Amino acid sequence: MKLFDFWGGVHPAGQKHLSAEQAIQILPMPSRLHVPLQQHTGRSAVAVVKVGQTVRKGELLGQEQGGVSAPVHAPTSGVITAIGDFTAPHVSGLPLPTVTLESDGEDRWLEQEPPPDPFALEPEEVAARIGEAGIVGMGGANFPSAVKLSKARQARVHTLAVNGAECEPYMTCDDRLMRERAEHIVDGVRLMLHALQAPNAVIAIEDNKPEAVARMKAACQNEGQIRVVVVPSRYPAGSAKQLIQILTGLETPAGGRGTDTGVLVHNVGTAYAVHRALRQARPLISRIVTVTGGAVAEPKNLEAPIGALVEDLLAFCGGTTDAPARLLMGGPMMGHPLPGTQVPIVKGTNGILALTAAELRLAATPSPCIRCGRCVEACPMGLMPLEMSKRARHDDLDGAQAFGLIDCISCGSCAFACPSHIPLVQYFEYARGALEARQRAEQKARETRRLLEQRQARLVRAEQAKAEAAARRQAEKRQARMKGGATA
Amino acid sequence: MIAAVLSLTLLGVALGWGLGLAARYLRVESNPVHEEIQQMLPGVNCGQCGYPGCSGAAEALATGKASVTLCPPGGPTLVQALAAKLGVAVDGASHSGPPLLARIDEATCIGCAHCGKRCPTDAIIGAPKQIHGVMQDACIGCGLCVDVCPTECLQLRPVAPALKTWHWPKPALGFGV
Ligand code: SF4
Ligand code: SF4
Ligand code: SF4
Ligand code: SF4
Repeated sequence: MKLFDFWGGVHPAGQKHLSAEQAIQILPMPSRLHVPLQQHTGRSAVAVVKVGQTVRKGELLGQEQGGVSAPVHAPTSGVITAIGDFTAPHVSGLPLPTVTLESDGEDRWLEQEPPPDPFALEPEEVAARIGEAGIVGMGGANFPSAVKLSKARQARVHTLAVNGAECEPYMTCDDRLMRERAEHIVDGVRLMLHALQAPNAVIAIEDNKPEAVARMKAACQNEGQIRVVVVPSRYPAGSAKQLIQILTGLETPAGGRGTDTGVLVHNVGTAYAVHRALRQARPLISRIVTVTGGAVAEPKNLEAPIGALVEDLLAFCGGTTDAPARLLMGGPMMGHPLPGTQVPIVKGTNGILALTAAELRLAATPSPCIRCGRCVEACPMGLMPLEMSKRARHDDLDGAQAFGLIDCISCGSCAFACPSHIPLVQYFEYARGALEARQRAEQKARETRRLLEQRQARLVRAEQAKAEAAARRQAEKRQARMKGGATA
Repeated sequence: MIAAVLSLTLLGVALGWGLGLAARYLRVESNPVHEEIQQMLPGVNCGQCGYPGCSGAAEALATGKASVTLCPPGGPTLVQALAAKLGVAVDGASHSGPPLLARIDEATCIGCAHCGKRCPTDAIIGAPKQIHGVMQDACIGCGLCVDVCPTECLQLRPVAPALKTWHWPKPALGFGV
C-alpha cells in the first residue's frame, strides 16, 4: 500500500522501553471506586442508582441523555456509598458529579443472556449496542463511538482506519493490547465494519512496534477486508487527521471532519471494547493504562477498573521514587497535568505519567520569541504558531482565529520545537477558552434582550387589561345607574 | 354648557398645536453615537453605574465622561464591545473576576414576592408565600432585587467556577512573544 507524508511533525524521545516489555497486569480491585458521570464529549449521564443500593458488576449506574452522550456502568459489585461531587481528573481540580462504589470483594457480574450473533443484526442495532455499552473513543478523544459510527455510515465512509500508531512518547498500552489480544481487536474491527457497512479497514502501526505488527498481521491473515500497514514513526502520526493523510494523501478540509475524506479513525482500544461488548455483553468498565515515567518505581501496563484512583495505580507500581516534578494523565505531548493523585481514571485515560525534573523539558524558563520559525516547520496542520500565540497574548482572539486557531489540534509539536520554550499550546488553549466564553456571553446578552422585551410586552398587556377592566366596570356602573333612573 | 365645551375644545386645539410646533422646531438633535451605545447597554436601568439609567450612562460614555467598565451587568463582553466602539484600550485585568449573580438563601426567604416584581429579566420564580429561586441562566446580576428583599436573603454572589466553563489562563510571562 502506498503511503503519503504529512507536513511538519517532530521526533521526541520515545521512552517506550520503560514499560513496553511489561505484560498487561490486572490491578487488584480497589476497595472504593469513583465513577464520574461524565467521561465523554457531550451531555453528562444522569445517575439511575441511589445511595445504599447494591449493584452487580456491569450494572448501569448512569443513563445517557440526549443524542451525544454515553452511559456509565459499575466496574465491580458492591454498594453505592455516595453520589455527588468528586475531584475530576482535570488540571483545574474542579469536581464532577461522581458515583462512589464500595466494592464487596466478590466482583460478581450482572447475569446477562448470551448475546446474539452480531453479524445477524442490523448495522444500526450493532451501533446501538456499542452505545449501550458506554464505549467512547479510547485514544483520548472521548467521543461516543456509536454516534461516530452512525454518522460515518450516513456519510458513506469507505475505509475504517484503526489507529495503533501510538505516537505519543512513553505510552505502551495500545502496543501491549495489540501484542496480547490481537484476535479480539481484529474481531472488533470486523464488527465495526459491519456497523459501518464499509468495505475495508486498515490497521496502522508505527514502525517502532515490530512485535505488535507481527501479531496483528498474523491475526488478520484470513481477513480479506483488513490490512495492517506500518507507518514511519513521527509525532503526531497517530492523530486522526495526520493518519488519514498518511493513508490516503488527503487533507481534512479546514474546519471540516475527518469523514469528509471518506475515512473514519478509531483506536485499537475501542475495537477491543467493541469486541467485549458484542461478543460477551460486557460494557466498558475497565481499560489498559500505562503507568510510567522516570519517577515511577516499576512502570507497568495495567488493566484497571474505571474509577480507580491514580493513587491506587501508582501504589501497585511501587509508588513514585521521589516526588515527581509533574504528574500527567496521558503522554508528555498531549497529556494534562493532574491536580493530585486522588482523582479517578476514566474511559479516556491511556496513561499516568510521573516525570522527574530531569525529564521535564518544558520546565526550562521561557524567553522571548526569536522568530526562528521552527514552530511553523513543526506544525502538522500547517499553521503559524508564533503569530497565533502573539495574538492570543494580546487578547486579539479574532486575529488568532484568522490564523487558524480552530484547526490547531493541540498536538504540542510547536512547543516541543520552540528553542525559547514558550508555552505555545497554553496560549492556544487560553484563546480557545476565551473565545468560547465570549460566545457564551454574547448568547446571554441576546437572551437578556429577549427577556427584557418579553417583560415589557407583558407589562403593557397587563396595563391594557387593567384599563379594559376599569372601562368595563365603568360601563356596568353607568348601565346600572341608568336602569335605576328608569325604574325610579 | 355649550360655552364650556367650546372653550375647552379651543384650548385643547391651541395647546396641541403649540406642542406640535414645539416638537418640530425645538427638537433636541440626539447624538447618534449616544443612541448606538444605548442599544448596546443592557437596558435594565439598574443604576449601578451611578447614572440615571442606561440612557444617562450612554450619554456619559458618548461624551467620554465615563469608563467603558462602568456597567457591571454588561460583563466583559460589553466592556470589549464598548472599547471597540469608542476606540479606547482596556486593560485586560480591570474587569476580570467571576461575574456576580443573585442567589436566594432558602432558609430565610419568606416568599414575599417583592424581588420577582423588580427583576427586569423575570429571572426570579416562585409563588407568593413560597420559597423563591433565581434562574442563574436568566439573571444578569443587576442587583435590583437585592434592595427590596426584607430579610436580606437575596445577595449577589460570585459564580462558582465549573468544569464546563473553565479554561486555561493566559501564561504569565514577563515579556512579549
Ligand atoms: S519556535 Fe519559538 S522562538 Fe521560534 S518562531 Fe516559533 S515561537 Fe518564536
Ligand atoms: S499545537 Fe497546534 S499550532 Fe502547535 S504544532 Fe500542534 S497543531 Fe500546530
Ligand atoms: S449599570 Fe448598566 S444596566 Fe445598569 S443602568 Fe447603568 S448602564 Fe444600565
Ligand atoms: S435576579 Fe436580581 S440581580 Fe438577577 S437580573 Fe433579576 S433583579 Fe437583577
